[in-house]
Amino acid sequence: MENTLQEQHTSQRYNAELEGLRSSVLTMGGLVEQQCRQALEALVQGDEELARTVARSDHQVNEMELEISAQCTDILARRQPAARDLRMVVAIIRMVANLERIGDEAAKVGRMARKLADGRDRESYCSEPQHLGQGASDMLRGALDAFARLDVDGAVAIIARDPEIDREFKTLTRLLMTHMMEQPQRVKNMLRVNSCARAFERIGDHAVNLCEEVIYLVEGSDVRHLSIEEIRERHSSWPA
Amino acid sequence: MDRAEQQGAAAADATATRRQLDIRDHVEPADYQTIGTPFVDDAKMTARNVNVFYGEKQAITNISLDIGRNEVIAMIGPSGCGKSTFLRTLNRMNDIIPICRVEGEFALDGEDIYGGDQDTVLLRARVGMVFQKPNPFPKSIYENVAYGPRIHGLAHNKAEMDEIVEDSLRRASLFNEVKDQLDKPGTGLSGGQQQRLCIARAIAVSPEVILMDEPCSALDPIATARIEELIDELRENYTIAIVTHSMQQAARVSQRTAYFHMGKLIEVGDTKQIFTMPRHELTENYITGRFG
Repeated sequence: MENTLQEQHTSQRYNAELEGLRSSVLTMGGLVEQQCRQALEALVQGDEELARTVARSDHQVNEMELEISAQCTDILARRQPAARDLRMVVAIIRMVANLERIGDEAAKVGRMARKLADGRDRESYCSEPQHLGQGASDMLRGALDAFARLDVDGAVAIIARDPEIDREFKTLTRLLMTHMMEQPQRVKNMLRVNSCARAFERIGDHAVNLCEEVIYLVEGSDVRHLSIEEIRERHSSWPA
Repeated sequence: MDRAEQQGAAAADATATRRQLDIRDHVEPADYQTIGTPFVDDAKMTARNVNVFYGEKQAITNISLDIGRNEVIAMIGPSGCGKSTFLRTLNRMNDIIPICRVEGEFALDGEDIYGGDQDTVLLRARVGMVFQKPNPFPKSIYENVAYGPRIHGLAHNKAEMDEIVEDSLRRASLFNEVKDQLDKPGTGLSGGQQQRLCIARAIAVSPEVILMDEPCSALDPIATARIEELIDELRENYTIAIVTHSMQQAARVSQRTAYFHMGKLIEVGDTKQIFTMPRHELTENYITGRFG
């Protein structure tokens, strides 16, 4: 059942409503993705102005969350969607909650980046989360691509990357602890950097949640709370 | 082929059938196999290899389906898909249509219902029917319900008959509304009440199976909700097969759903599965409102 089925409802307006819903989610996703990249850039470059922008930009994401939730409620009430359409609406309700949280995490990094912008020797520690943040942003982009293409293989591949992000976060924490012991006067800033790393690790987790919803939407299989091995096992039994 | 093998074969062919069928195609009998679980362990009624013809025109093509004991099975599909025709084969209502020819094997509790010695009046007492438009007899409310038990000799005196009438009206959740006007004509009731009267009439003869052919299509949402509530209560004692055009109704009242398309049984499964994750593309297209 290809993506094109979206346009084949007897009711043209229903087509338009579902398509509108889908593109709203992609717009919101694009916004959140941009926020994440800007948050990372602000942190690593020490760009205070950009940090301020990111810290303030989450209200736009919040508004989109409300708007998309309202669209979903409207479709549920008026169209009583079934099967794939129902799964799409349910998946989107859960996806926008995750996107909003990603927005919150990015805003949090923005706030930290602002405070860290004029720290002494900031280059020595602020660029530590660069790789982690890049990885989390890539996962988010991959999750949104998987949603746009309804690509289950892509979603599974993104989920498989999460342990890597988790490992990197743990390594980074250990590294920052070493820094803290060496330079106790910078503990406060080190903790801030660690919060940023934590935020990126959480963004990775939310990207995983987004991918799980893509799998639910396409396959009807609820893979939340399953390990990547269990998901792969199920995946191998899905018809190609 | 035994039941398990048939189910296995149906499952194995699922993917293949999915690609073969298109909504605009008319498929030859040999080319299709029902997806899902048409057979159940505890069947009240069984139908095997059913073909129905109206004159030259084939209305049903090779359908096999079990109706499980104490279950509500919903039959859905676009107009002309054969769901009502199939329902009517289950108590031989098609017998009264001269040009109609029915092939296949049907059993009620393992007993052949198309056998030469089968009394159709008795069969229809065991397999009752409720129609789309409420059709009470032009008689009093009491007589509407008492008619069946009387011709079947179910009551031996007035007191017994009163009890049957009251009990049937209560089960159809109509008694409280009509208890003071049992001698008034049944046709004077509202549409929803008339339909519940017809259900009371159907259950007065203690049927084992109740067939419902779009029982709520002429009713308002409140009357519909009462009938649906009633269907749920009746399930404890009866087996119910309901044909409906309302997919929400099928989703609400049934445990199993069967999707018919152009005289074929395309897919059968748990109602929850059919409405959240149908396996056949035609089922998916129908319940999501695609094509039409």
